[in-house]
Amino acid sequence: MFPKPIEKSGPVARTAYQAFLPVALILWLLPLLAILLTSIRSAKDINSGNVFGWPSEFAIIENYTAVFTQSAAAQYMWNSVLITVPTVMISVALACLAGYALAIYKFRVALPLFFLFVAGNFIPFQILMVPVRDMSVQTGLYDTIAGQFLFHAAFQTGFCTLFMRNFIKALPFDLIESARIEGIAEWKIFWYVVLPLVRPAIAALAVLIFTFVWNDFFWANVLTQGESAKPITAGVRALNGQFVNNWHLVSAASLLAAIPPVACFFLMQRHFIAGLTLGAVK
Amino acid sequence: MADATLHEARSDADPGWFARNKLAIAPWIFLIPALFFFAIYVVIPIFESLWLSLYEWNGLYDADGNSTAVWVGFENYTKLWDDPNFWTSLRNNIAWLILYMLAVPLGLFIALFLNQTVTGMRFYKSMFFFPFVISQVVVGLIFGWFYNPDFGVVGTVWKALFCEETTNILGNVTFNCSRPAPDILSSPEWATYGIIAAGLWPQIAYCMILYLTGLNNVAADQIEAARLDGAKGWKMLWYVVVPQLKPATFIAVVVTVIGALRSFDMIAIMTQGGPFGSTNVLSHYMYEVAISEYGERYGYGSAVATVLFGIMLFFISYFLWRMYQDEKGGR
Repeated sequence: MFPKPIEKSGPVARTAYQAFLPVALILWLLPLLAILLTSIRSAKDINSGNVFGWPSEFAIIENYTAVFTQSAAAQYMWNSVLITVPTVMISVALACLAGYALAIYKFRVALPLFFLFVAGNFIPFQILMVPVRDMSVQTGLYDTIAGQFLFHAAFQTGFCTLFMRNFIKALPFDLIESARIEGIAEWKIFWYVVLPLVRPAIAALAVLIFTFVWNDFFWANVLTQGESAKPITAGVRALNGQFVNNWHLVSAASLLAAIPPVACFFLMQRHFIAGLTLGAVK
Repeated sequence: MADATLHEARSDADPGWFARNKLAIAPWIFLIPALFFFAIYVVIPIFESLWLSLYEWNGLYDADGNSTAVWVGFENYTKLWDDPNFWTSLRNNIAWLILYMLAVPLGLFIALFLNQTVTGMRFYKSMFFFPFVISQVVVGLIFGWFYNPDFGVVGTVWKALFCEETTNILGNVTFNCSRPAPDILSSPEWATYGIIAAGLWPQIAYCMILYLTGLNNVAADQIEAARLDGAKGWKMLWYVVVPQLKPATFIAVVVTVIGALRSFDMIAIMTQGGPFGSTNVLSHYMYEVAISEYGERYGYGSAVATVLFGIMLFFISYFLWRMYQDEKGGR
């Protein structure tokens, strides 16, 4: 293990390390703690300039209800759910199929096609912006929920396929071979042999794609206009304009926007990290 | 005789053409839905953008539904060459690329600091990872407030260090400062660095988690052997540990390069490219020219996007080449 385990360095070093850990954490999360504290302050504190000290009174319930009653935050949150959930379902489903095809079958274009998905996943959004926006306007998908989740699903299919293909490729090939010898149909091999084995990959992808799409801001701006289809990230920016100098409300709204991905991360931490660190070890 | 051939032919065809070519057809059936989606929303739009960069177009259609785009050849690119905003954006992109790379060593540093097994370590590791999970919009807002010279954290700390508080007869508090508090995001010189610093926060967290996973898998016997040979500290890190972390480093570099070139959210939230376009990067400048209040300029925007795509393609080709080398080594 590297660095040397602290337990071996004697009690002084160990105690010092353990005492320093929380200090380091507070410094690291200082911006976040500051905003957390701001979100529970009263307007009086903000106006009198007490924005960094301890709050003179706690207005946690008032602030968070104000966000919902004075703005369209509830609508934005719900829009985000309506955009992210179908995206996760479509992109993961498509990627299971495509990943299976690219990992199991040996055909000449398998590797080029795989690289196409990988490359598509890395390109800048701007190269897609004008045609996708124009297409959405033409087909009536502009400023709708469906317009956003269809695009996200297609785009995220690149990353999901990369992930799924590598995951399936790491499964023992004998399993598929023996199923074929038994004369089992290809789609049955996929459904009954492979799919149950890729469940951890599905879980990892689901939390990752949920977080990526929930946090999307660019496409929310490109593909929406009004309140009806805007997700919470774009909504928070709109609120920032609406609540000028009401920093306690802006902070509360920002934190609300962060809750679903944060909850997702803490509930499914193992899968989340396994997904993000794919390929970080050989 | 004829009967026999017929019979033979039939028995040959008996499993059916489909069944005989099963292994050639099946992958396409599995691939078609994903390929179809991906082609429509990703592959074809790339080529459309490249093509559109040779036109001038405000995004409108005439009464018959034909696009009003006008062919201008490479005019958009010559305009780009003489556009100071384009060069500012490009320069900022380079600043992002170079400074964002700090996330890789800093992430390794935090990972080394946290790679211990004292009680509660899991909690600390996940809390250090926290900034990556929240959206960049929120990070941008947090830091925008953090940097505010009047009531942000930077301003407050500055007042405590350099200012004298005086209360006049009416009870109003005024500050006498030996130096005025810096307004980072309004300064054309410093704003970009302020945004990059904010962007580094989640990116360091990402690199940290990659390295923590990598460190978990470092071969213990090699470390012990090196230790017996008297290696420790920096030498051990550089000659024994870092080489074993190569896959993690590769991914950290990939995600950091992509993240640097994709930076859009924070700029849009914190400065919108200002003051005077000094914090623009290509991704934000493209958005600004393509969809602006002064009318849409799809052709010119596409030209900016094409340049950014070209830069990205350079990195993507390298990543794919590396992946290809790995694939050849594998099964």
